[in-house]
Amino acid sequence: MLKNTLVTKKEIEQLKLLPFAMIPVIFLSLMPIVRGIYAGFTDHVLGSEISFNWLENYRIMLNDSLFHQSFRFGFLWTISVTVSQIVLGFGLALLLNKKIAFTAWTRVFMLVPWAMPPVIRGIMWRFMYHPHVGAVNHIFMRIGLIENPINWLHCFEHTIPAVIVVGIWGGLPQATVALLAGLQLIPPELYEAASIDGGNKWDKFRHITLPLIKPITVAISALLFMWNFNAFGLIFVLTGGGPAGTTRVPMLFAYEEGFKFGNMGYAAALGNVMVIIIGVIMFTYVRQQMKERA
Amino acid sequence: MKKTKFNKIVTLIPSYLAIATYIIFLVFPLLWMLSVSVRPEAELTRLEPSFIPETVILEHYATVFSGPKMIQSILNSIKVGAMATVGVIALAIPAAYALGRYSTRINKYVIGWVLVSQLFPTILIMIALLMILIRLGLTNSHFGLALVYMVWTLPFVLLMLQSYIKAIPQELEDAAAIDGATRTQTIMAIVLPLLLPGIAATALFAFVSAWNEFFFALVLLREPELVTLPVMLARLVGREGVARLGPLAAASFIATIPALVLFGFLQKWLTSGLLSGSVK
Repeated sequence: MLKNTLVTKKEIEQLKLLPFAMIPVIFLSLMPIVRGIYAGFTDHVLGSEISFNWLENYRIMLNDSLFHQSFRFGFLWTISVTVSQIVLGFGLALLLNKKIAFTAWTRVFMLVPWAMPPVIRGIMWRFMYHPHVGAVNHIFMRIGLIENPINWLHCFEHTIPAVIVVGIWGGLPQATVALLAGLQLIPPELYEAASIDGGNKWDKFRHITLPLIKPITVAISALLFMWNFNAFGLIFVLTGGGPAGTTRVPMLFAYEEGFKFGNMGYAAALGNVMVIIIGVIMFTYVRQQMKERA
Repeated sequence: MKKTKFNKIVTLIPSYLAIATYIIFLVFPLLWMLSVSVRPEAELTRLEPSFIPETVILEHYATVFSGPKMIQSILNSIKVGAMATVGVIALAIPAAYALGRYSTRINKYVIGWVLVSQLFPTILIMIALLMILIRLGLTNSHFGLALVYMVWTLPFVLLMLQSYIKAIPQELEDAAAIDGATRTQTIMAIVLPLLLPGIAATALFAFVSAWNEFFFALVLLREPELVTLPVMLARLVGREGVARLGPLAAASFIATIPALVLFGFLQKWLTSGLLSGSVK
């Protein structure tokens, strides 16, 4: 009988304690999200009347070359950064999982990029890429890779790769930590059993490590994808979206539309498109990975 | 015997080289900024500067602390961070208790909300939030910004605190209840003292999140004397021709100190494998 009641006694106890945290969340998180989604279907411009305009914002977007440029770079940035973070992070996690010296120190020092505020990451790499005092030019010139200093953040051919390197750098610790945790959860008995059965290193890697690390790889790559797609502070400081908008990530584009030009409705519409893109990609990716596992 | 040991070391060389490459890539940018912050600018602009400064000076740090604007922005960051931290911890404790002590359908909904809320880009929240805060007269206000940070850090603070509460044995509370203590008395006298280390770690996390945050602060604070440190530094970069490199590097290094301290505390926890399942 008790099981059929709508709310159990324990749940009532919980509900008594939750409102304190829930009220600010409702007013400053849920309501703004709902109103933000709605704003994406209006012509809201700061300081003028607001009216519902259905899908007008999205029609404008289709013909907006800045939108195409920004989201195209957004995809290039997000995919190349996320994939590199996973691949490089997996490499480092495998190294750290070995029983060799110095791994304890490495585990501490590798966290440095994670500990930096995004704005400082940008400033730091501006020092690295600076045409005159930058370490990158000094190193590359000394080893003979380039002859003259390059203005990494201000010329068309070099800026995109330069920015992507910084993106990879900023999320590599997170990827490594997650993948290392996954590796450590694999029971050593499995490897021992495989050795008894005569499996070599490659067999063990393919048939034990890879399948068992997959769930956590799916989870962390989904998170990294989301974080990278929504990147803002780093790019804002590093290039400001330049040169000529070639590194203007979607979040920066939406920020400029909304808070620089006051086109709130259009900025919200861009936000909606970002949610849909992330939602659809997350859903299909995670579901496909789950299916393959089953 | 000796030979096998030698062989073992030889086979490990590629691994060590790979680890060294990773560490140089990950740590060098910070060291470079640090070295820019402690050397005379004349030494920097030479054609072939050394990586290790020839003369170490602390002049750039003195410049940072003598500039009233920079000091003001550091104090602003501390103020907003402290308000947000105290606020979010106070808000989260009752809810964290509810989630840590009982396990029902509601836990699933809360976790679900935590995950879904991560999906929405801040731009979408910001647009309506700005309207709400304008109406409440809370833009250009440290309290308004702290309020936003409270809500923004709440999901993760809640998750952290409830895991600490779960670790406190239920029997302690049952014993107190048998002795006739009320729920509030039990929480104040038994749960809170045991929870203090967890609260400290969570508070540090909340403070650093607020200290590092850029986007909300950029949009919500317009008055130059109100801005927080990241916004101040980002504006200095915009005028790089004017801003001197040395003091900029020094100020940036100061801005990373709280987060470095936090990671110093958390590094064992972060890399011990305990994180599996609650990765963020």
